[in-house]
Amino acid sequence: MSNIRLIYRKEMSAYFDSAVAYITFIIFLLITGWFFTSSFFLVGQSDLRILFNTVPVVFLFFIPAITMGLLARENHAGTMEFLTTLPVQEADIVLGKFFASVVLISIGLSFTLVHFITLLFVGTNPDPGALLAGYAGLVLVGAVYASIGLLGSAVSNNQITSFLISFVIIFILFLLDKILLFVPSFMAGILQFLSIEYHFSNIRRGVIDSRNLIYFFSMIFFFLTLSIRVLEIRKWR
Amino acid sequence: MIKVEHLTKNYGNLTAVDDISFEVRDGEILGFLGPNGAGKSTTLRIMTSYLTPTAGNIYINDMNVLDDSLNIRKVIGYLPENNPLYPEMTVYDFLRFTAAVRGIEGNAFTIRLKEVSELCGLKGVIQKKISELSKGYRQRTGLAQAIFHNPEILILDEPTTGLDPNQIVEIRNLIKQLGKEKTVVISSHILQEIQATADRMIIINQGKIAADGTIDEIMGSFMGLTRLHLEVENADDVSPLSKLHPDLKIVETLSNGPVRKIVLEYPNKLDLRKDVFKCAVARKWEILEMTRHRTSLEDMFRILTVKEGGEA
Repeated sequence: MSNIRLIYRKEMSAYFDSAVAYITFIIFLLITGWFFTSSFFLVGQSDLRILFNTVPVVFLFFIPAITMGLLARENHAGTMEFLTTLPVQEADIVLGKFFASVVLISIGLSFTLVHFITLLFVGTNPDPGALLAGYAGLVLVGAVYASIGLLGSAVSNNQITSFLISFVIIFILFLLDKILLFVPSFMAGILQFLSIEYHFSNIRRGVIDSRNLIYFFSMIFFFLTLSIRVLEIRKWR
Repeated sequence: MIKVEHLTKNYGNLTAVDDISFEVRDGEILGFLGPNGAGKSTTLRIMTSYLTPTAGNIYINDMNVLDDSLNIRKVIGYLPENNPLYPEMTVYDFLRFTAAVRGIEGNAFTIRLKEVSELCGLKGVIQKKISELSKGYRQRTGLAQAIFHNPEILILDEPTTGLDPNQIVEIRNLIKQLGKEKTVVISSHILQEIQATADRMIIINQGKIAADGTIDEIMGSFMGLTRLHLEVENADDVSPLSKLHPDLKIVETLSNGPVRKIVLEYPNKLDLRKDVFKCAVARKWEILEMTRHRTSLEDMFRILTVKEGGEA
């Protein structure tokens, strides 16, 4: 079996053997559920806009919490020495853990499909294509956040530090779209292009454009590569 | 075969390992002895690719740790210092994970699991969580992980720390048994440990090799001193003793009535007991007691490792 899969499996059982996964799911569903239902009937529209607006904000806190321990705990407990002296590449470790966190996020997200199904029944003329595209977009947003979370986890032995580092990076990317009014126009274009919200909003509308996909995948690639480099550099200290 | 060539490792300004070279032959058990912070773990960590050298290189079966790290890790079994394990895993899951990374799965795993758990005495705890295990069982789990893929080379960093005397004996026997067919490098700051397990030892201090050889060789080359304790009656003038050999020194004389206690000191390579006896007989002294104290291995270890550092 490939090493990535073995690391992935190890992390998945670590998530599900402890209470982490279950607690994460419950809190995630409570928060998104409350935001969704509390205004759903007031707005009276057949879309999941509220959900799609809320989830990235919830992710901002949740994903750093899910990923903070992935590498920091191994660094702290010394198990990194065990893991990196096995015939495993640093890339296998980072990718295995990355996939585990993305799958955990996707499982959490899949529970919110209840809202989607509710909408199919009670809504008028919903557009399932756009809604599913929105979900795909959320998974991509989650994957970008998770890759940032891994970087935060790689640079520290301390989970709280890891959380804060990832949180700050994600928060900056999250804010970019909202500060466009305050920056000079020549920068606005660049900042907008870097903002997650900008690319997600396109996908959410049901328009899956290769430009947006390239953005998401290059962000993930960039942060994962950086995390792998951080692990490699540790050997040279 | 392990060949360490001019290995140096700096941590910032601190030189942990300072230009050391040595070889470990196939099938040898090498003891790596030194006080805490001497550079033992650093050297082993470079061997296992956890760290990279600042200068120099290590060759394992003619592959070097910089270019062939992954292949080297395949032939090595490593028990890191402090034996880091995943507390939330069961022994079974932990070994299954390690084995799978080493490419041992399915039936091969089941067969090997049985062998290893028997060898390491893990049978009763296979399904337990590692966090529930005693220190001794954790150490065995660490050892089981290291030998699971039947590696050619076994590297054990302080394998008996924190174990009780019975467990220490068990682990040492296990290491000796494994050493019959494998190349083993075992590090320790405890001399008896090395003495009990290793064929050859390297004493390392402040990042440098202080001695390298079998225990007898090291003792032989080491210019230790013998102390001869005498209890003699009717010896009024002890000065004839000092004329027996130019290297002999009278360290202490103590009179208690007619009995005199005398302590003589001379290099290990001499044996002056007969001369002392003849000298006493010639002067009609009555020897009540004569005891020889050779510099022990501990003394030697202390002298070798304190000499340069100035602190133990």
